[in-house]
Amino acid sequence: MVFLQLFWSFLKIGVFTFGGGYAMIALIQSEVTVNHHWLTPQEFTDILAVSQMTPGPVGINTATYTGYTAVLNAGYEPWLAILGALLASAAVILLPVALMLLAVIFLQRTKGNKDIDNIFALLRKVVVGLIAAAALQLLTADSFGQPALSLQFVLSVALFAAVFVLSLRRVSPILLIVASGLVGIIAYSFA
Amino acid sequence: MVKYCELFYSFFKIGAFTIGGGYAMIPLMEQELVDRRGWMRREEFLDQLALSQSMPGVLAVNMATGCGYRLRGFSGALAAIVGNIVMPILFIIALAMLFRHFRGNALVEHFFMGVRPAVVALIAAPVFRLAKSASISWSTCWIPLLATLLIWLFDISPILVILAAVVGGFVYGRLKK
Repeated sequence: MVFLQLFWSFLKIGVFTFGGGYAMIALIQSEVTVNHHWLTPQEFTDILAVSQMTPGPVGINTATYTGYTAVLNAGYEPWLAILGALLASAAVILLPVALMLLAVIFLQRTKGNKDIDNIFALLRKVVVGLIAAAALQLLTADSFGQPALSLQFVLSVALFAAVFVLSLRRVSPILLIVASGLVGIIAYSFA
Repeated sequence: MVKYCELFYSFFKIGAFTIGGGYAMIPLMEQELVDRRGWMRREEFLDQLALSQSMPGVLAVNMATGCGYRLRGFSGALAAIVGNIVMPILFIIALAMLFRHFRGNALVEHFFMGVRPAVVALIAAPVFRLAKSASISWSTCWIPLLATLLIWLFDISPILVILAAVVGGFVYGRLKK
C-alpha cells in the first residue's frame, strides 16, 4: 500500500530532520531510493534540481514532488499521484509542527537546559556527515555518464568542480543550476 | 489583534516568491513581520528563529508555526503554515504533471544532463561551509566522517545515526560533569 508507506516514510523524514533542507536530502534519499525503490537515483537528482529552482521551502518541494512521482511510478492514475503529493507534504510537517507548538508553549522550560545543549552540539556535527553522505550517494554513473573520459563524463566532472567552487563563493544556486543546464543543452545538442 | 487573513497573506507572499528554501526566507520574514507589519520585536523574531532551527522539520514551516502561534494562537499557526506552503505545493504538482510530457524531449534531457552534476556539487559545498558553524575541529572531525561512512558504505539508516547522536550527546554531557 504505497499511500500508507509514503505517509509513514515522510512522517519519519520530517521528525528526524535537523538542520534544514540539505540534511533532509539524506533521509529522503534513503527512504525513497534505498528502502522502497520508489524512484531511481537519477529521478531523485532531477527532483532535487527542480525543488531548488522553484519557490518555496526545499523540504516541502522535495516531499511534494517525490510523493507525486512515487505514486505515479507505482502505477496509479495522475489524480491519485496528486493525493500522494499532498500526503507526503502533510506527513513531513505533521510531527515537527506539533513539536514546535509544544516547544513554543514550554519555551521557558527548555531554555538553557544543559542536556538539550549537549545533544544539539553533537547533532550539528553529525548533520554535516549526513549531508556529505547524501552528496556521495548521488555520485553515480547515471548522473556523471560513462565510460570514463566520454564527453559526458569529462563535462560532468568540470561542471561539478566549477559549481562546487562557485557555490562556496556564495553564487546563487538557481543561477548555477540554470547555467549548468544551458551548458548541457549547448554541449549535448551540438556535439 | 492580528487578522488571520493578514497572517495568511504575509506568509503566502514569503512562500510563493522566495526561491532557495528556508534560509532565503528568513530575511524576508524578518522584514515583513518586524519592519513592515510591526507584529514582533526583533529579539522576539531571533528567539523564534533559534527555536525553529533547533527543532526537527522544515525551517520555514517551523518559523510559520512559531510566529503564527505567537500572534494568533493555534488558528494563527495554521493560517501561517497553509499560507507558506500552498503555492509551492500547487506549483510543484503542476510542474510534475508537465514534466512527464517533456521527459523524452532532447533539450530537456540535455538540460538535466548538465544539471545533475551541478546538483551534487550544490549539496557537497555546504558540507564545508557548515563544518565551521558546527565547530568541527581536527579532534572532532571523526564524528561527521563516521556518520558519512556508516550511511554511505554500510547503508545504515540516517535515522539511526541521528538517534545515536541524541543519546551520545546526552550521555557525554552527563559524564563530563
